[in-house]
Amino acid sequence: MNEFLVNLKINNIPVSVKEGTTILDAAKILNFKIPTLCNHPDLTVAGNCRVCVVEVEGSRLLSASCATPVSEGMEVYTNSEKVRTARKHVIELLLSEHNADCTKCFKNGHCELQDLASEYRIGDHVFIDMVKDRSKLADMSSPSIAKDDSKCIRCQRCVRTCEELQSVSALAVINKGDHQKISTFMNKPMDDVVCTNCGQCINRCPTGALTERTYLEEVWNAINNPSKHVVVQTAPAVRIGLGEDLGYKPGERVTGKMVAALKHIGFDSVLDTDFTADLTIMEEGTELLTRLKKALVEGEKVALPMMTSCSPGWIKFQEHMFPDLLNNLSTCKSPQQMFGALAKTYYARKKGIDPKNMVSVSIMPCTAKKFECNRPEMRDSGYQDVDYVLTTRELAMMVKQAGIDFMKLDDEHYDSIMGEGTGAAVIFGATGGVMEAALRTAYEIVTGREVPFKNLNIMPVRGFEGIKEAKVLINDVKPEWKFLEGVELSVAIAHGLHNANELMKAVREGKVVYHFIEVMGCPGGCLGGGGQPIPTSPEIRQKRASAIYAEDEGLPLRKSHLNPEVALIYKEFLGEPLGHKSHDLLHTHYKVRKRY
Amino acid sequence: MSNIETLVKTLVEKHGKTRNSLMPVLQGIVKEERFLSEEAMISVACELDLSAAEVYGTASFYTFLDTVPRGKNVVRICKTISCHMKGKDEIIEALENALKVKVGETTSDKKFTLLTANCLGWCHKGPVMLVNDAVYPEITPQKAIEVIEDYVKNTK
Repeated sequence: MNEFLVNLKINNIPVSVKEGTTILDAAKILNFKIPTLCNHPDLTVAGNCRVCVVEVEGSRLLSASCATPVSEGMEVYTNSEKVRTARKHVIELLLSEHNADCTKCFKNGHCELQDLASEYRIGDHVFIDMVKDRSKLADMSSPSIAKDDSKCIRCQRCVRTCEELQSVSALAVINKGDHQKISTFMNKPMDDVVCTNCGQCINRCPTGALTERTYLEEVWNAINNPSKHVVVQTAPAVRIGLGEDLGYKPGERVTGKMVAALKHIGFDSVLDTDFTADLTIMEEGTELLTRLKKALVEGEKVALPMMTSCSPGWIKFQEHMFPDLLNNLSTCKSPQQMFGALAKTYYARKKGIDPKNMVSVSIMPCTAKKFECNRPEMRDSGYQDVDYVLTTRELAMMVKQAGIDFMKLDDEHYDSIMGEGTGAAVIFGATGGVMEAALRTAYEIVTGREVPFKNLNIMPVRGFEGIKEAKVLINDVKPEWKFLEGVELSVAIAHGLHNANELMKAVREGKVVYHFIEVMGCPGGCLGGGGQPIPTSPEIRQKRASAIYAEDEGLPLRKSHLNPEVALIYKEFLGEPLGHKSHDLLHTHYKVRKRY
Repeated sequence: MSNIETLVKTLVEKHGKTRNSLMPVLQGIVKEERFLSEEAMISVACELDLSAAEVYGTASFYTFLDTVPRGKNVVRICKTISCHMKGKDEIIEALENALKVKVGETTSDKKFTLLTANCLGWCHKGPVMLVNDAVYPEITPQKAIEVIEDYVKNTK
């Protein structure tokens, strides 16, 4: 490939970089750190915060290094007196419009603006305090996301996230000049617009303007209430993310330590969402085979392709944007909600606990799960099935509040029952994982053989490509699955709602034909969820994915149908997949919502 | 289909179903309706396959794309420095007395809204008054009231 190299000097040190590289990235190569706020590795360039300004020899004005490409012979200074003075003034100006009640802020200690103010030792206000919305209460209408305009510095990362990554654009830049703010259509409350609660904006907000709605105090109160039996479930992607907020580098698996910490904190029973992920495969796999049978044998008109329903951000997106395709969604509840419904029925009965005295908590990499557990449909146990959802980040806060030295903990095991999970359940945390788990089980049920991929690793469905496709030929089937003989099962996978949107448009227009589609609402799947540790970037998500697949390979059981607790619950309680009891507890319906 | 939806459809047909048409479509609605209602913005978002927030964001950026109800005639007095020095305050006072509204308000018969505007580019002939699209330079309190009276006569 013919690649042009550009030679320049940064702080008098020569460097050669590819044409088109920004000054910011060129400086990174030389290990010169330039602070940024509006810039983000997942998003397009904005160049509006001006924190990253540098001096370019021969140019009268300072340049935003994130938005200026290098040129031949350029001489750049990243830390001259002019730069330092300007940068300090930029930070002071941003702070003059920022509600800096840092000690009372949920992001205290995790705020990029606070870090910069600390680095530059910003003292007394040089500029007049211009905070407008300090007295206005934050928008707490959404059960998932809190939005406080007084903390917003209008960097527009959230706006770009909502548009570029998620194709939702619930947030936009409203008004101009000193009235400019980030808001919704007609400034409506967050729970009254197309927001899917995915929380990707939270992951990228550099301040405390967008945070999760926290339920930490409610959970502590439940734990400290002796009359309550508090169960906790942990989603697959939490165990590979949590470490990042507790001193580990991205990609560290902390399953055993996380379980130990939850026991130290005082949960009465520490259980695993992986159990219901495996159960989901049994239910959803059966549902897919049933739909295929209806279509292929009985010639009935059934909604195909069938789409996965584990991701509540994706579900709400589909309800708003593609209400005509709601019948294509699997009726299976998400693993969180299956768990909730079973905790207050099956678990309660087996343990002899009155479900009235149970509090069901879940730890999720997700903010949309907070919305999901509050959906009115999710009360099939006779109570609210899941009472509180905490993010991975909130769990890290709990661990710190409990005074636990996380790195020194010895590994512990999940409690029983509903604490057993297979490798197939762990990979629910990565894009393509639900598909891979479903194929491992469905193929084996139909043919009696393992999926024809080396070491059970179905590589075509893995990776971060926006939309993935795979085909699996089904042959030599067992007699009862005769109708599937010779069928080439065609599947697709999308992650991030932008990709989901493109895929759904193609499905709606009949441009593509699949049997089964997996969608996860967040980039990279749940491992990149809106409740995961901040920061996030393609590299960090790649490390988390590697950890997920390593966790899968390290487990003795890697196929959902081999989970002994799943076999047990069908024997003792549920009967069979898609049976009467499953229908009552594990399946749900969807709601048509308006896009506007 | 409501009147607004018909209007939006006509405008979108005229300007094309692309993101680039957003401005002319919004301007077309304001020309007919004097302001962009919630229904109008939703209708535009639908037709152009945009998010409602994006349409509102664009509308709220421009002073002349009003998102609150306005009277049949929108009267704007330039408030910037040249017109100020040439006596815009007297013009406003005269209009407030004649229309019996304050700046920012609409008359009870919904015929007039009185507003101020930033520089209209007529600094050499200030003070300047704008009624809908018509410019009235070197206006005096007396002339301003006469202009308004003409509009009263001609507005059904």
